[in-house]
Amino acid sequence: MPELSEDLKNRIRAYLPRYPRKQAVVLPALHLVHDELRTVSNEAIVEIAEILELHPSEVHDTMTFYEFFKHDGDKLGTSRLWVCRGLACMLRGGYELLDHCQDTLGVKCGETTADGRITLEFAECIGACDGAPACLKDDIHVMNVTPKSADELIAKLRS
Amino acid sequence: MPFEPILLARINKPNSIQLNGYRADGGYATFERALREKQPLEVVTQVKDSGLRGRGGAGFPTGLKWTFLPKDHPGPIYLCINADESEPCTYNNRILMEKDPHQVLEGIMISSYAIRSECAYFYIRYEYGDAYRNLQAAIDECYAAGLLGKNIHGSGFNLDIYIHRGAGAYICGEETGLIESIEGKRAWPRIKPPFPAIEGAFRKPTIVNNVETMACVTQILRRGNDWFKSMGVPPDPKNPRDAGSYGPKLYTIAGHVNEPKCVELPMGVTIRELVEKHGGGVWKGRKAKSVNPGGLSMGFAKCDLALKGEDGKTEYDIPLDFNGPGKIGCLGLGTAAITVIDDQTSMVDVLHNVCQFFSHESCGQCTPCREGTGWMLKITDRLRRGQGRREDLDVLVDVADRIGMMPGTTICGLADGAGWPVKTAIRKFRQEFEDVIRSGAKSVHSKSLQLVDAH
Repeated sequence: MPELSEDLKNRIRAYLPRYPRKQAVVLPALHLVHDELRTVSNEAIVEIAEILELHPSEVHDTMTFYEFFKHDGDKLGTSRLWVCRGLACMLRGGYELLDHCQDTLGVKCGETTADGRITLEFAECIGACDGAPACLKDDIHVMNVTPKSADELIAKLRS
Repeated sequence: MPFEPILLARINKPNSIQLNGYRADGGYATFERALREKQPLEVVTQVKDSGLRGRGGAGFPTGLKWTFLPKDHPGPIYLCINADESEPCTYNNRILMEKDPHQVLEGIMISSYAIRSECAYFYIRYEYGDAYRNLQAAIDECYAAGLLGKNIHGSGFNLDIYIHRGAGAYICGEETGLIESIEGKRAWPRIKPPFPAIEGAFRKPTIVNNVETMACVTQILRRGNDWFKSMGVPPDPKNPRDAGSYGPKLYTIAGHVNEPKCVELPMGVTIRELVEKHGGGVWKGRKAKSVNPGGLSMGFAKCDLALKGEDGKTEYDIPLDFNGPGKIGCLGLGTAAITVIDDQTSMVDVLHNVCQFFSHESCGQCTPCREGTGWMLKITDRLRRGQGRREDLDVLVDVADRIGMMPGTTICGLADGAGWPVKTAIRKFRQEFEDVIRSGAKSVHSKSLQLVDAH
């Protein structure tokens, strides 16, 4: 049973005409797989490598460089909540917000809640400094976050 | 006369992100006129003569960079847009992409025409999801309107723009790291030369330009070089290598101010004016102790440190043009992102935060950077736990001096940028660091004292 559906494979193949070399599709392919399957398994790496005519180790090499993609049995929750620890956020309560989110969720950074709803992460500066302290919900900025508004966001993501 | 923003003129208008809104404000007429009336070389010459210097951090003259491409190259030639914007406390590119994507796209079209590129890769950091979607929608509109694709408006000029999303790595903002990332490899910067203009993406001639630079190209072609040169700071006559600091600039203000925001001003505004007038002053009625003048890599200004030979002025009064920050030992203008640190904040905590960032973001290719940034994090971590040793400050400066392109030990400038804040903070705030070592005072961020993974 293949790890990637034919539809997902086709969406990866759709990127091929954009670049003169197939290897350039590694990052788009990893994003597509990660978004849909919430992890990039070894089987998925092999199947991406087949489409892109690479050795699986080449895909693995690129993937692990970014420390962005979950793999080796680790899986993203339904939502991924990043709390920024960059200087602009730190100066306006970012560290305390990170502590607060870890306490509220009962997980450390990089971990997922037991109900599988939320993966908590710390982020280096996310470029939302005009709304510090800030979070990133998947890829959307949430600005001027207080412990109270963080609790509300978390409750919404859990419901 | 009050300054009228140009780059940010459209950002709060209704329809600001849509093609019809952009068209209603005269958008794309400049690109269409260039296609009809100008030869590519004329555009290159105009941008070169405008004095435009790259807005991404290094300040290299944009038109000059374009002339480094091989003449009469059969192609392909690539244009890569650097929207990795990951320098801490910087967000001006994000505002442009989210609120006025067409202004950026028009600059890409004009620039591609000038350098004879038929394919532009727009490398955007993953964290800018809204900017990504707004840009993609704008690109789709342009294809539908015949502004992108084959034989644009019957001119024979073809152009495709593809967005390539990053995955959370600071090093992808280094132009050759960015190219490696586009190629699907780990984003390890390349040894230069060859520079990208000779051998870049897919081993073809490539120009890498910043988002704000593209918006400037749009406005320079639209309004002319006299407009661009009517503001900013002319070259220093005593410095034959100074190319001047012309044009408007997007400054971002962050940290301990009442109103963190992005403002457009003529190049050369002082830190004091940015903080007091545009940032609403330092928050909670406090005073500014230090300011980081252009992204963390640039180092620190000490607000009450008197400037030699300038009566009554301090480092708070330096102008933010390409030369200003260098006068107080900072690395340069960088991204023109200022971060204000108030007088209640410990510089030990600030420096630890900086070292934490660079240690996390060192790509690991060059040993001095990989190890050096890790050592600097461990030492500053010791300082904030109240376990600092007397020799620590000299060790920190010694490490900072030895890592980077300037001492010649690394391939790219990340380590120079990691060392600079360390050197400037310790030189300018040495007494504070020594007091912490002597007293053994611990950081107020007590809960966050665990050493967070320094990979």
